Amino acid sequence: MTFDDLLSLGPLFNICGAAVLCMLLVAIWRNHRLIYYVTLVAFALALMSVVPVATLLPHTIAPLVVIDMFALFNSGAIVGSGLIIVLLSYNYFEEREERKEEYYLLLLLATAGALVLVISRHFMSFFLGLEMLSISLYGLIAYLRARQRSDEAGIKYLILAALSSAFLLFGMALVYGFTGHMDFPGIGAYLRQAGTFPLPVIAGFGLMLIGIGFKLGIVPFHMWAPDIYEGAPLPVAAFVATISKGGVLVVLIRFYQDIDGRNYTMLWWILAITSIASMFVGNLLALTQQNIKRMLAYSSIAHLGYLLVAFLSGAQSGLEAIAFYLTAYFPTSIGAFGVLIVMSSSVQDAETVEDYRGLFWRYPWVALVFTVMLLSLAGIPLTAGFIGKFYIVMAGVDGHHWFLLLMLVINSVIGLYYYIRVVAMMFRTTDTSQRIFIKPSLPLAGNITLGLIVMLLVGLGVYPTAMMQLIQQMMTLIK
Amino acid sequence: MVLLYIILIPMFGALLSWLASARNLALCRWIALVSLLCDLLLITVLWAGNAADPTPAGHWMYNWQQPWIPHFGISLHLAMDGLSLVMLALTFFLGALSVLISWREIKYKTGFFHFNLLFVIAGIAGVFLTMDLFLFYFFWEVMLIPMYFLIGIWGHERREYAAYKFFIFTQAGGLLMLLAILGLYFVHGANTGVYTFDYFYLLNTPMERAVAQWLMLGFLVAFVVKLPAIPFHTWLPDAHTEAPTAGSVVLAGLLLKTGAYGILRFVLPLFPAASHDFAPWAMLLGVAGILYGGQLAYSQPDLKRLIAYTSVSHMGFVLLGAFAFNELAYKGVVMQMITHGISTGALFMIAGALYERMHTRELSRMGGLWPAMPAMGTVTMIFVMASLGLPGLGNFVAEFMILLGSWQANHIMTILATIGLVIATVYSLRIMQKVFFGQTERQYALPDLGLREWLIMAPLVVVILWLGVYPQTVLGTITNYELRITTFNKGDVPRAEKSKVVIPVSDSSFVINHAP
Repeated sequence: MTFDDLLSLGPLFNICGAAVLCMLLVAIWRNHRLIYYVTLVAFALALMSVVPVATLLPHTIAPLVVIDMFALFNSGAIVGSGLIIVLLSYNYFEEREERKEEYYLLLLLATAGALVLVISRHFMSFFLGLEMLSISLYGLIAYLRARQRSDEAGIKYLILAALSSAFLLFGMALVYGFTGHMDFPGIGAYLRQAGTFPLPVIAGFGLMLIGIGFKLGIVPFHMWAPDIYEGAPLPVAAFVATISKGGVLVVLIRFYQDIDGRNYTMLWWILAITSIASMFVGNLLALTQQNIKRMLAYSSIAHLGYLLVAFLSGAQSGLEAIAFYLTAYFPTSIGAFGVLIVMSSSVQDAETVEDYRGLFWRYPWVALVFTVMLLSLAGIPLTAGFIGKFYIVMAGVDGHHWFLLLMLVINSVIGLYYYIRVVAMMFRTTDTSQRIFIKPSLPLAGNITLGLIVMLLVGLGVYPTAMMQLIQQMMTLIK
Repeated sequence: MVLLYIILIPMFGALLSWLASARNLALCRWIALVSLLCDLLLITVLWAGNAADPTPAGHWMYNWQQPWIPHFGISLHLAMDGLSLVMLALTFFLGALSVLISWREIKYKTGFFHFNLLFVIAGIAGVFLTMDLFLFYFFWEVMLIPMYFLIGIWGHERREYAAYKFFIFTQAGGLLMLLAILGLYFVHGANTGVYTFDYFYLLNTPMERAVAQWLMLGFLVAFVVKLPAIPFHTWLPDAHTEAPTAGSVVLAGLLLKTGAYGILRFVLPLFPAASHDFAPWAMLLGVAGILYGGQLAYSQPDLKRLIAYTSVSHMGFVLLGAFAFNELAYKGVVMQMITHGISTGALFMIAGALYERMHTRELSRMGGLWPAMPAMGTVTMIFVMASLGLPGLGNFVAEFMILLGSWQANHIMTILATIGLVIATVYSLRIMQKVFFGQTERQYALPDLGLREWLIMAPLVVVILWLGVYPQTVLGTITNYELRITTFNKGDVPRAEKSKVVIPVSDSSFVINHAP
């Protein structure tokens, strides 16, 4: 292993090293604050160590991993999001759980798993990363043991994730068995050479798609999402919504690129139908939710559907659109959960729509933050979500997929309805004196973090050029 | 740069008045009023300057451009011609009056109310000024959210339902427009190699007939929803009825005009051939709106709802005139936009004043108000007469010009539209009869127009009379805009601001290519 290899894996080493350090610290001296700062520093260092890697690109460590600009960008996004989640976590766990330290350990491991995913170009590293992510998530989701729903969510995720991993593994075995390759470019080369698509390989791809689809939470593998979002601790739900899904999506994109997926019409159609179904199911089910966590879960299903539209456009702008959309979606989603976190008290999470009745008149700052998040999710101008959606539509038009776009437009309108419903609830002016509201904890760190997210979202919405240029540079290198 | 200030002044006013409301409510109202009056003054100065220095060759008085997202070919491009100028004058005139009209009505969350009001107005001003289609869509959306709050927070009983409906309808139309904008962007890029959202580049985009038709429909849907025309009008009565008075005035007076403006500015010039193909259908929609809207207006028991439906009827004339493709009708349409904004705005203000006194909008609970409030009765009479198109008042000029113009294009439609004038007479007189005449059993006294209300009504009356007697003020300003198929030279687009006459446009006045 050369020095370059080490340097290029810097973010991963930082996170893994911190995990080991945390483990030792827990054994020696349990202290929440200490372990929180260690984790925070680890994430910050990992984020900084992304920068020097840029000089080495693209760097392949055969056969398992490749670090190109695309991987690096997503590593940065994952570590950055992780940093925000850690910032929001301290108060949440301080108020709730007596053994808080292992949370950080698991979070670091899960992040490490996601980091492995984004750089993997081989079935081995892919599966390794995925399992690191999933197994840590079992623990994270069920972390608040005293709560009934938390246990339930943990068990559900455990069973379903294990099952989907089995599907994935069997699919990989089939593909390997008939192509003789486990690295993505090798499989692609084999398929190009063979010219045909042997049936077992098709079956293998299908099985893999089930495994990946489950992790992404797209229809018809979405059933776990609302229960997990509802039961998991809020920072963990934010993690599942962003980092976990983002990591898997990156692998899917890389795999699709390496095997030249757009040449296979059937694969395209399967994904197109999945995309349309995700948009409709997600949005329609979100309409009736009274629980904001469940609503966000369904909305995230729909957002994955939007992302697939860009993905399917097959155009260069499609990849740019995905990168930008994720850049917008990560902070927006984490911010939305962040609002739930700061609004929750130590005994109860603020999760029903009713908890937000007239919030604007009680806590204008939090309500404004939440409004920005929801408007960004809905894709209204002045927010990053708008530019992201605009980018996706643009990619779709570029690829001439008018039907998919029409579906996207219809779904955006449906989506508006439930986002605006929550906004309307916050601005509602009916007499609020009768109700007893949850006393929010409103931690200072959480508020500052939310403020930064709002600035980021509005900044991206008003002046997206810098981010676009970065993404464009990155995409010129991906080929 | 001055164009940017026009948009920024109300935005800063919005923030300031919200901040001021924490200390002093009167200060907050004054800030809102002053910022709008500033803008009105600015526009008047520009107008006067332009009148003194007529520049027949140059249609564009001001132009300002800055790159925004160069990656997509998006720039902050603002420009002003006669049409934008008169629309802006109307915007700030009605805007200032709506601040005045809310002086006593809005007692709840005053700061946030004025913030929203000024932001809507800033958004509308942006819509009237922008020459970049992306920026246009941006402002189109910016108008929506504050309007949603205006209806949803300060409205009447069913405000939330109305606010939703308004938002979803316009947003759905807006998204289709976004698709069409992007379609145009790519078609233009594919055919010319220049990927840009700039209006002046996109004019005369070469494209196939079928493509042009679809794109034109995408734009038209958004504007027709906003206008509104049958069958997309159902949001309007709810939104107008439930909104607070200022909200109704802004909706009827300004927001509907953005739809009409969009047709004149974008649909017709960008897709001349496709619009021409579609013209009979658009005129049919217009006539259907005139007749059906008028009939519905007649049967409403609720005063605000009645006035709302008259808008559907009057906006039918806009659609009829815009698709007649001649100068007479075109000028009539612009007149109609102005005069309808003023007369309907005034009627909504009167309805608001009545509601403030009697706490009802039901026509059946009014009646016999003339003896108690003769001044208000007189003012109402003037605007009711304007609404039914009495000669001497602005609306007559507008509707007459539209009918004259559309006669040249389509006889049958024009005849049907003329019947609309009769219906207008019927429903307009019903307002007078039900509200001011007839018997009353009311025991309590009602105050007549107060000083503030006089201050509001007097300018409106003056303007509507002025426009009826001397419409040349408006017509003269917009002469230098024609429905044109420009032979626009791309090399001539100026990059930086210049004070006058910057965008050369073919002076072959008013040539419509009746496409082969």
